[in-house]
Amino acid sequence: MQTLFLRGPSATLRMIILVIISLALMTADHRWKHLDAVRNTLSYLLYPVEYVVDLPIRLYYWSEETLGTHQSLIDENRQLRDLQLQSRVQLQKLDILEKENERLRRLLSATPKTTEDHLIAEIIAVDVDPYRHFIVLNKGSIDGVYKGQPIIDAHGIMGQIVYVNAMTSTAMLVTDVSHAIPVQIDRTGQRSVAFGTGQTDYLDLRHIPHNADIRVGDKLISSGLGERFPRNYPLAVITNINRDTGETFIDVRAEPLAQLDTSREVLLVWTQNHEKPTPGLEQPVAQPVEQAAEEPVEELAEKHAEEPVEEAAEESSDGGE
Amino acid sequence: MAASNLKVASLSLFVAFMLTIMPLPEWVVEFRPDWVTLVLIYWAMALPAKTGVTIAWLAGLMLDVSHGAILGQHALGLMLVVYIVHIQHQRLRVVSLVQQAIVIFFLLLLKQLIVLWVSGMVGHAPVTWLYFMPTLTGAMLWPWIYIIMRDIRRKFGYRVDY
Repeated sequence: MQTLFLRGPSATLRMIILVIISLALMTADHRWKHLDAVRNTLSYLLYPVEYVVDLPIRLYYWSEETLGTHQSLIDENRQLRDLQLQSRVQLQKLDILEKENERLRRLLSATPKTTEDHLIAEIIAVDVDPYRHFIVLNKGSIDGVYKGQPIIDAHGIMGQIVYVNAMTSTAMLVTDVSHAIPVQIDRTGQRSVAFGTGQTDYLDLRHIPHNADIRVGDKLISSGLGERFPRNYPLAVITNINRDTGETFIDVRAEPLAQLDTSREVLLVWTQNHEKPTPGLEQPVAQPVEQAAEEPVEELAEKHAEEPVEEAAEESSDGGE
Repeated sequence: MAASNLKVASLSLFVAFMLTIMPLPEWVVEFRPDWVTLVLIYWAMALPAKTGVTIAWLAGLMLDVSHGAILGQHALGLMLVVYIVHIQHQRLRVVSLVQQAIVIFFLLLLKQLIVLWVSGMVGHAPVTWLYFMPTLTGAMLWPWIYIIMRDIRRKFGYRVDY
């Protein structure tokens, strides 16, 4: 009103300034990725929106628990107790194997494999970009979440944290187009990299030669080579192999094991690598626990004494089966 | 007056953000209109003295954060759209709702294109025509959004800026 005659030019001027700032911001964000503070501040404003959107779903789960009938709760309890018994039996065996493995490592004077820390986080029911595979979790920097932290569910690796805010964090799923994870085939130790495709139901395996021993149904586990994901967690199962002789590599597709669409709770994993990265002291054995336990000690000792760390990892896993 | 004006506008923006991140069934996700842009277009048309490019730019930054996009991507698109509405608001007001919807279609298309170009430059542009569906649904919904927002504005007794 009082700005009647100033409005036009001032808006244009502001527009030009904001265009320049936008371009600068985008360049800075893309090239140097140093704008986490800005993102963090803005996320405080966004948090109430996310909270309100998530509220009905949280209410639904809450009411399901609170208003559940006595009988259904008892049934569920019984089921869970059975399940716990089963898992505990399996854990007993694993415990012994782990101890044995640690003893063997100490014999080799290799770095002992440390246990990982876990924290359960809930997925906040918000949709972000339909063309990116992001999820929002209800744990943030207050809980010690860090950028690049792996997240898993009961079935396998889900993805990693890309943005950490104070109370929430955003994670990229393994199926996002810009995601890649170093993997190896459980059965043979063949290494590869699994790329996200933007489709929720398959990953792309690249750089696998024609003569590779690979079959439909093979399980992919994380190899831990990127030093971001812990090793030996299941990731996907190979569903489709297309051998086109005209191509340099074969075309392999794998279906993620984690329930990327339906999980409500995920597990944040703290790896030893993150807390204390000590170069030159990488864990040398890249094979499942069971195999390590079955292999004779002398053989392992020989391999690790003679070979550089990375090749040793490949060799020992190749000779595993 | 100005303060309570802002209250209604920011409340509508809050609802727009809610609708933007509200989980929807898989098959409608791609059709979700760009609520924040639509609401801001309305306010830029009705109250151009208060809803300027700066507010649009800040709302765009929030969209960037919620989408996990590059900071400035949605901000740039949204701000340019609001700028155009801002300088043309008197012309936009006098045309019929259908004609408005056609203009809104092109404005939304501009924003989608800017966002697409930036996505393409950083290497993850979506490769489906469905990407432009929000533009179409947004333009088709415009008459209703306009009427609802106008009623809300009148209910709270705010007069449009000239």
